[in-house]
Amino acid sequence: MLASRTYRLSFVLLVLALLCSLLLNISSGSVSIPFSDVLSLLGGTTPEIASWGYIVWEYRVPKAFTSIFVGAGLSLSGLLMQTLFRNPLAGPFVLGISSGASLGAALLLMGTSLLAGYTAFGFLGDVTLAIAASIGSFLVLLVVMVVAQRVKDTMALLIIGLMFGSITSAIVSVLAYFSSAENLQRFIFWSFGSVGNLSINQLLLLGGIVLLGVLLSITSIKSLNAFLLGEHYAQSLGVSLKKSRLIIIIATGVLAGGITAFAGPIAFVGLAVPHLTRQIFDTMEHKVLIPAVMLYGAILMLLCDTLAQLPNSASVLPINAITSLVGAPVVIWLLVRKRKMMF
Amino acid sequence: MAKTEKNILSIANLSIGYGNKSVANNIDFDLEAGMLCGVVGINGIGKSTLLRTLGRFQPKLGGAISLNGQSLEKYGSNALSKVLSVVLTEQPASKNLTVQELIALGRQPYTNWLGTLTQTDKQQIEASLDAFLLNELRNSKCHELSDGQLQRVLVARAMAQDTSLILLDEPTTHLDLYHKVQILKMLQRLAHERQKTILFTTHEIDLAIQLCDRILILDGKEHPFGDPCELIEQKHFDRLFPSEMVQFDAKTGSFKVSK
Repeated sequence: MLASRTYRLSFVLLVLALLCSLLLNISSGSVSIPFSDVLSLLGGTTPEIASWGYIVWEYRVPKAFTSIFVGAGLSLSGLLMQTLFRNPLAGPFVLGISSGASLGAALLLMGTSLLAGYTAFGFLGDVTLAIAASIGSFLVLLVVMVVAQRVKDTMALLIIGLMFGSITSAIVSVLAYFSSAENLQRFIFWSFGSVGNLSINQLLLLGGIVLLGVLLSITSIKSLNAFLLGEHYAQSLGVSLKKSRLIIIIATGVLAGGITAFAGPIAFVGLAVPHLTRQIFDTMEHKVLIPAVMLYGAILMLLCDTLAQLPNSASVLPINAITSLVGAPVVIWLLVRKRKMMF
Repeated sequence: MAKTEKNILSIANLSIGYGNKSVANNIDFDLEAGMLCGVVGINGIGKSTLLRTLGRFQPKLGGAISLNGQSLEKYGSNALSKVLSVVLTEQPASKNLTVQELIALGRQPYTNWLGTLTQTDKQQIEASLDAFLLNELRNSKCHELSDGQLQRVLVARAMAQDTSLILLDEPTTHLDLYHKVQILKMLQRLAHERQKTILFTTHEIDLAIQLCDRILILDGKEHPFGDPCELIEQKHFDRLFPSEMVQFDAKTGSFKVSK
């Protein structure tokens, strides 16, 4: 597609905003560390107080990067779904994809312990959790896709997505009822969502998952643009429908599933960020939109995490609550202002 | 009909329909480069089915379709997109596209894996914008356009795809008389000046008679095809609708309500 103008300035500003929110995120937390000390710490100097170095390098920096991966990946999966389903309200949460991931995680965290007393939670456990959540989200996505083939009405599709969400959460409730208190607690904490507490290995795995999703999306740029015209037009432009649809679904499933596995079901980022991005980037060209939503999502997630951290206090709010508190009003505001949501 | 080198589209003994249910059989016609051909017939006779079959959106039931001397089924999907473009009745899925962006999508078969536009691509896009008088609208969003303007954009996109055959499904519906004539005249110019073969379905029989080089009448039996004047002389239009409701007036080339 022809970008009628370049967005270099907007991209530069977004990258600067990302760096600012990264610094803000790292410099705030339950332990008050002066900003100048954080900067010199990041510069490689030894801190006045030894524990500061540990806090910044072992806790805050990994957490910040988790936020970046989570925000960027979820926003990208939201963009992919809005284009694939030709629906401005599509997103990993609305269409039941996150519930699918929850179901996968719940089956693993609570279900397997019922059957076999499965407790091995090392690195292998993380991989299993990621795979279980990805499979869960992937399965729901496939079912939604099959239904979407039959039901052309987008409203019906959304309602079906919500119903799938209800069904999966019902199964999760049943599992929770029969689960041990310990496993239940682990699942509940997982479902609050959290970007903290990831080890370096987990962080690398998450980064790998997001990278895979991004690479798959980049190879789909052309077909994503063609899908903007509708599937028949895309086909007449030489797009192989089955193949490109499958690649986009796998990318979405890997992104939404993998991220949900590590950070819990995080609401509204996937739905709201693509719309917020289009307020600045007034184009439908995915070559521009993919990097833009990822930057935007990363910034939003860093800011939400900074808010969740409640500066200078020991409490950390569930990140899921914060993204909903920020995301839901944004969606309402967009709807009221524009009357009609478009993608 | 004889198969000559000049034929862009050759249809022989074609049967169309869905699964076991055939909609129309024994369709025969050939189109040369630069011909504008209208497909007429009453509702449900298979006009859209014919177009969907020719556009390879659904399989044919029998017979042969040959495009540029090669069987339609033998084309790979990218090769086909370089010789055949379509304008469908369905609206574009995203109306947030600008006119220029939408037309540029027509260049997809020729661009690299990232969709980067070359100088040739840009020239084609400019030519399409010019030919359909869309220069001033180039940065408008599709949801801001009137029905007539949007239809022009969709046809311009097909022109940018630069294919030898363009299929259009009812390009004149929802338009007033002025815009119907406008779009058909633009199609006629596209066919004659750029040697494109254009096949479109329509209910505007009187306009098709005046503007088309060939007309295919789907009547459920013989499917007459030919020059509009010959078809009038052979009284094929007289049988198109039940005569107690409307009658064809051969002098004016239009239909009159039966008194």
